[in-house]
Amino acid sequence: MSGIGGAGAVPVGDTGLAGGGVDPDQIPPEERGADVEQPAGRVRATLIAIRDGSALTTVLAVVIALVVGAVLIAATNPTVQSTAGYFFARPTDMLSAIGASVGGAYLALLQGGVYDWTQASPLDALQSFGHAIGFATPLIAAGLGIAVGFRSGVFNIGGQGQVLMGAAFAGYVGFTWNGPPIITMLLAVLFGLLGGGLVAGLVGVLKARTGANEVIVTIMLNYVIFYLLDFALSTPLLQAPGSGNPISPPEHPNAVFFSVLPAAYHVNVGFLLVIVGTIACSWLLSRSSIGFKMRAVGENPRAARVAGIEVNRVFTAAMVISGVLVGFAGVYQVLGTTTSGFTSGVDAGIGFNAITVALLGRSRPWGVFWAGILFGVFQAGGYTMQAAQNVDINAVQVVQSVIVLFIAAPPLVRAIFRLPQPGARKVAA
Amino acid sequence: MSTRVAAPVVGSAASRELSYKTPVALGIFAVLALLLLVVFARDGVSTFSFTQAGTVALPNVSLPVRATGIAVTIVAALMTIGAVALIRLRGAVPRWYVAVFTLLLVVGFLAWATAGQRLPIVGLLTGSLALAAPLIFGALGGVVSERVGIVNIAIEGQLLAGAFVSAIIASVTKNLFFGLLGAVVAGTLVSFVLAALSIKYVVNQVIVGVVLNVLMLGLTTFLYETVLVPASSTLNAPPTFANLAIPGLSLIPIIGAVVFDQSVVTYLMIVAVIVVWIGLTRTRWGLRLRAVGEHPQAADTVGINVSRTRFWNVALAGAIVGLGGAYFTLGSVGSFSQNITSGAGYIALAAVIFGRWDPLRASAAGLLFGFASQVANILGIVGSPVPSDILLTLPYVVTIIAVAGLVGRVRGPAAAGRPYVKG
Repeated sequence: MSGIGGAGAVPVGDTGLAGGGVDPDQIPPEERGADVEQPAGRVRATLIAIRDGSALTTVLAVVIALVVGAVLIAATNPTVQSTAGYFFARPTDMLSAIGASVGGAYLALLQGGVYDWTQASPLDALQSFGHAIGFATPLIAAGLGIAVGFRSGVFNIGGQGQVLMGAAFAGYVGFTWNGPPIITMLLAVLFGLLGGGLVAGLVGVLKARTGANEVIVTIMLNYVIFYLLDFALSTPLLQAPGSGNPISPPEHPNAVFFSVLPAAYHVNVGFLLVIVGTIACSWLLSRSSIGFKMRAVGENPRAARVAGIEVNRVFTAAMVISGVLVGFAGVYQVLGTTTSGFTSGVDAGIGFNAITVALLGRSRPWGVFWAGILFGVFQAGGYTMQAAQNVDINAVQVVQSVIVLFIAAPPLVRAIFRLPQPGARKVAA
Repeated sequence: MSTRVAAPVVGSAASRELSYKTPVALGIFAVLALLLLVVFARDGVSTFSFTQAGTVALPNVSLPVRATGIAVTIVAALMTIGAVALIRLRGAVPRWYVAVFTLLLVVGFLAWATAGQRLPIVGLLTGSLALAAPLIFGALGGVVSERVGIVNIAIEGQLLAGAFVSAIIASVTKNLFFGLLGAVVAGTLVSFVLAALSIKYVVNQVIVGVVLNVLMLGLTTFLYETVLVPASSTLNAPPTFANLAIPGLSLIPIIGAVVFDQSVVTYLMIVAVIVVWIGLTRTRWGLRLRAVGEHPQAADTVGINVSRTRFWNVALAGAIVGLGGAYFTLGSVGSFSQNITSGAGYIALAAVIFGRWDPLRASAAGLLFGFASQVANILGIVGSPVPSDILLTLPYVVTIIAVAGLVGRVRGPAAAGRPYVKG
């Protein structure tokens, strides 16, 4: 196994799609133990560690993705296209047009997602990053849910349905019950988590009891819940009184997530809850007994069964936990983002984007957290880029997916940049 | 075929303990029938119309709704009891039994939903086939890819690529066959990425598939918004395939219009189903493909080049799915729009699993899905007491119940999802 370290350590086990089990190649090099001999000299050793580590491939993957995005932006820019007509007569025209289009787009991305230098003070400039955190929060929550599923060997592709259900449950409590502050909010959150957990739990029970493949069932439930929610939004149950459109009434102020920073930063208590969730997931997966069982089932369901673990029960538990976390993304959407009433499009694609976030975070809680922040930056910056530079926001989606694609294939990244494969010195490639 | 491989396992399990899943599923449907067709019975007469232009006129069938509902419910209940008896006596419920039961309930439901209305049967079946066509192409590609050992979640991405490229090429060249060719190339290119990453760089195939879907959705939407929308009359106005009636055969009542008066893409689909089925089960190509998917090491030992076999068959799968993508633009709508496939690739993936990785059964699953969707569409048009949103959940609910009750634990190709590293 010549050092092919597929770092996409997502043990998709007995999903019925993948054959189950994870092979050693799927474990990132840094976890495989120090089988690379350390050469003499601390500086040299550090340099080699950086060269062979996964952090470098991550950075390089981002670089490749930004280059791909740049090509896309430049190629579709009208000025670039018109100057290309006389490229050989005056090449500088086209080159400067490329520079202007790509540079402008990426600067706008930075301005909208990280730091807006046009603002008066550095603190105001960071409001952009606050926006990014706002986008990142539901992505992290849902990404954690998908990651827990991956680690347990279940592929929860039903994020959309669970987000919608979480949103509907939390939203319903939030606009019907005008209770005391904090308590109303917490009750709405609890109901939302219940909604997501119920949907995923149904999948888990069906899988455990009848063997129904969770991939099929979650995909189908996405549609079922979408249409049911659309239906409920046109009945008095969820529809705003007097509205002709399928939209819910606005949430009561006491149910809405309150800001933890000045309002302009758009950072609310939901983000703190997500940090708590990340810590909890981290503990769950690496320290708790159920987490151990989940990982055992995810790595090798057959071995887990032999070891006395009730695999079906673990599948169900993993699905429920996954659904609860994904459900929180829906809660955040109605209590933190669109508090003025939600529609059946309230999921905003989070269900599917969460899968890429989980993959980018390599299904580890803190990995998912930072992956979510990165995607949040892209999302927030993407809107600024679209508004200021007229670059369609879907360019961001292309960049995001190229990052994940290359991060999953470190050998490919290394081959592109002509870096040696880690361990290649020891075992001939 | 997967059944042949899986048969001993299933058979021995069934002989040890009897599974009552099928009778339970039938029972649930019988109770639903009781609720809907008897408790909430409707009055009036439902007319099933078989007329179509240009062929022998068939008489309409008129069903008194209430009586039909009661009759259907009684027969369904009897058949559920019969299923229990069959499990006790023979250990299994034959497939035709389930098929007859399903047909019965479908007739009962259609009569109930169209009380006082006329239901065009030919339109129902033609529309079903049209909705099923891209699903069947997608499912065939999925079957080929997974039987050779590469999990293909990228069906959605391949469909989108095929739809997008075929729309542009057919618009520019004004030639439908160049459009089809473009779709094949586009689907193959997406497959190349899937194959290269999962075979050469042994990346988790599920990851590649999911990410390719997101990538293709982002890429086609970006290019649609920035390139196609500003120049829609030149780049996004492809001609569409006209129906091509097969002389003689198209005059057969009902079947003629449904099967033999279709566009070239639909005929291609029928040919593809037959070719893939025969190819997989009866040819050297199919034997090698399945060997690589079930036990790559054994295949390698007898001299089959596992990586090459996987690579080119995944490419072939992409080509087939690409044709399905062309169906969206050149076969029906006539122009590309954002996310035109809207999840059809995931449905096709479900059809692959539902059909137990068998080309014929996966195609049947696609047809079932197309039929359920078309029922929802037609009932939305003729007007039914059920709100359209509820009707639209029909295909998905039916699939969930069928997967949970009738299919159950399925076993895919043994080596699907596992990279093969020689050594």
